[in-house]
Amino acid sequence: MPEGFRLLPQQASSIAPRVDALYFYLIIVSVFFTLLIAFSILYFAIKYRRRSESELPHGIEGSMKLEIAWSVIPLVIALSFFFWGASVFFAINRPPNDAIEVSVVGKQWMWKFQHADGQREINELHVPLGRPVKLTMASEDVIHSFYVPAFRVKRDVLPGRVATTWFEATKTGRYHLFCAEYCGTKHSGMIGWLEVMDPVAFQAWLAGGAGSESLASAGSKLFAQHACNTCHRPDSLARGPNLEGLFGKPVTLQDGRTVVADESYIRESIVTPNAKLVAGFQPIMPTFQGLIAEEGLLQLVAYVKSLSKVAPSPRGIVPPVKESAPEREAPK
Amino acid sequence: MSPPEAAVTPPEVVAEPRVNYLNASYGLKSWLLTRDHKRIALLYLASVTVFFFLGGLFAVLIRLELMTPAGDLVQAETYNKLFTMHGIVMIFFFLIPSIPAVLGNFLIPMMIGAKDLAFPRLNLLSWYIFVAGGLFTLWAVVHGGVDTGWTFYTPYSTTYSNSYVIATAVGIFITGFSSILTGLNFIVTVHTMRAPGLTWFRLPLFVWSHYATSLIFVLGTPVLAVTILMVGVERLFHLGIFDPKLGGDPILFQHLFWFYSHPAVYIMVLPAMGVVSELVTTFSRKNIFGYKFVAFASVAIAVLGFLVWGHHMFVSGQSVYAGMIFSFLSFLVAIPSAVKVFNWTATMYKGSISYRTPMLYAFGFIGLFTIGGLTGLFLASTGLDVHVHDTYFIVAHFHYIMVGGAIMGYMGGIHYWWPKISGKLYPEAWARFSALVIFIGFNLTFFPQFILGYLGMPRRYHAYPAEFQILNVMSSAGASILGVGYVVPLIYFAWSMRYGKAAPANPWGATGLEWDTPSPPPTENFPVTPIVRTEPYRYSPEEVEVIG
Repeated sequence: MPEGFRLLPQQASSIAPRVDALYFYLIIVSVFFTLLIAFSILYFAIKYRRRSESELPHGIEGSMKLEIAWSVIPLVIALSFFFWGASVFFAINRPPNDAIEVSVVGKQWMWKFQHADGQREINELHVPLGRPVKLTMASEDVIHSFYVPAFRVKRDVLPGRVATTWFEATKTGRYHLFCAEYCGTKHSGMIGWLEVMDPVAFQAWLAGGAGSESLASAGSKLFAQHACNTCHRPDSLARGPNLEGLFGKPVTLQDGRTVVADESYIRESIVTPNAKLVAGFQPIMPTFQGLIAEEGLLQLVAYVKSLSKVAPSPRGIVPPVKESAPEREAPK
Repeated sequence: MSPPEAAVTPPEVVAEPRVNYLNASYGLKSWLLTRDHKRIALLYLASVTVFFFLGGLFAVLIRLELMTPAGDLVQAETYNKLFTMHGIVMIFFFLIPSIPAVLGNFLIPMMIGAKDLAFPRLNLLSWYIFVAGGLFTLWAVVHGGVDTGWTFYTPYSTTYSNSYVIATAVGIFITGFSSILTGLNFIVTVHTMRAPGLTWFRLPLFVWSHYATSLIFVLGTPVLAVTILMVGVERLFHLGIFDPKLGGDPILFQHLFWFYSHPAVYIMVLPAMGVVSELVTTFSRKNIFGYKFVAFASVAIAVLGFLVWGHHMFVSGQSVYAGMIFSFLSFLVAIPSAVKVFNWTATMYKGSISYRTPMLYAFGFIGLFTIGGLTGLFLASTGLDVHVHDTYFIVAHFHYIMVGGAIMGYMGGIHYWWPKISGKLYPEAWARFSALVIFIGFNLTFFPQFILGYLGMPRRYHAYPAEFQILNVMSSAGASILGVGYVVPLIYFAWSMRYGKAAPANPWGATGLEWDTPSPPPTENFPVTPIVRTEPYRYSPEEVEVIG
């Protein structure tokens, strides 16, 4: 990153120009009103300055018309902020379906990353230019927050649940990665770099980490190792819900509520299985809290997700999950 | 308030020594066991001043550390304790009690023509509770401090922090009761002890804003107490409330904490707004423009302020739709604040404007509060908040509200009522000089932090990347100017108590019952209960209605 004095951070993601446009709009409105108030005060203060100690101005009761004007006009302007802000907010919270996925674990005081095909990194994340990247994030201890100013993206990473965010990098380079939520002694040391590479270079970089196991396949191993497949199976002997095609679908619970089977729900169902029990099943699953580390949980989540991905994403330079026959066989 | 002729009567000069609340009795006991609201106000003044300079000392060390990118002056642990203690001391032990417990305590009975607050013993008790809470917290500071941030986010505070969380929390818990008692006292006093003829719409706006503040004290503070209690229970007994490892939910803490702590921002700024309404009218010699709008804006802020807490949690994992509702409500709460600013400005129109020190603080308040309020809109815009949340942008924004707003109002109020409180005049030239120094120093300190925040520097960072240094050095330089601006008044106020010129009963030619009684007032405030026959701020004998 170039050194020296700047007023704006670099714009390196698809969302950054949209956030900056809203920022400029707010600045223009704010400068206008600040100057309006400041000049009115200065003008009145000079024009109506006290010229003699006995001076006694006429009282003015007020004006209904003015009161309405300076209530309604700011309200209309505020609503424009609201709608513009909400539309950007929705875009930030809606990852595209064809995003490549990276799992992120925050802990005091480092960021651990694992790419879909298994490549691991610490405090540095390599991503390709021009591809949406979705982060599936969990914390091992306290609350952290994943923040890349150049992308205008921030998301708290909480213990006990899975948080997601996404971005699409639009400029190659190295950008700061910060922890934005105070997390203890070395909070300010929980920083790193986000490296945006052009897709070919990224492909080469990924290949450099050959031999590592994909997220979903590591998850499938854990699935077998913890004997999850004795109950979670598609046939009639199943004592737990069938997980194939489950991800992203609504699930009806014992108490009649419906939840969407997202990353957080799957993680929660492994750690505290009886918190949201699926209708028609007995509360027989033991808890795996403390038995599987946060990274393992994210691998299991990736595995369950892979069971729902029949057709791999069409845009794939990097397929979201390397699917191979034996891996799919293992849990059945 | 006072009869119209009072405004044009030249200020009387009290020369002969007489009995007032300061010399009515002597000795430590006469102060520590007093039930006089004016003496209790002075006890509060002394205590919050100590806390203000203590909190300021922490700020000095923070700004010194941030002069260089590397964490070199103090260790990370120390730095984390410094910003935590700065926040806790300034918010709970200075800003929240400052205007209500000092100026409110002193003035509310006088403004409504009463001899004291409704419950004088509770009033004294509230000061003892405040001091007890403060001593608990100071004990924690001396024994090693606390490093959770003033926000006490879980599970860091309940499980991971190795500092004096419980002792500090107990201190804040105890102090909360002094807020509740003060609020209760104000509400009952305003309802039951107004002088004959003093209807609700004849109350000074200072009283309205304190009434609104008291509602928050009484309704909000218990929630904080319960939240702190739950943090303590989880930390001591590992009962799962907030820590997911124990089966709790960390977001629940944030909901509970901000349910109090967002309204707490209005506890800090509403009383300052009340002060500014008094200053603008007195130094424009005019009645307030749109009295009822300004009065009801205070109540609207207090009520709406309870419905916006979720705007602290847009990136926390709260649902997107909840975020949008809180965003919408946050924009609504901005409207009554805007209405106040416009009405203050309009009050000056065709007035007779004097540039005495309190008015300079009122100018400063209006300007800085406008910037603080407008940058609040940046944060209420969900899509933009994602980027600036937890950065220096937030730090700058809330300092514009709390220092630029609340402390400017407090300083303006202390200068304005100092002749009444002490019976002495402060040196005007020095006071104007320090008001100017504070305004310049404040902007130099905090404006660069808006830019720093948008560039992406996270808050609560002990060390930071080198490219943020220039703006941090500017901020630290400004802070040194601001520090001078705050020390100078401490000196001249102390000086004026001994050497200042005796103050007349009404040095500003102001309306308001407090100016009808001598400076300093007698213990019973008014020898004869006043009767109110007119609207407040009645400077001109004739009223002119203007439409359009």
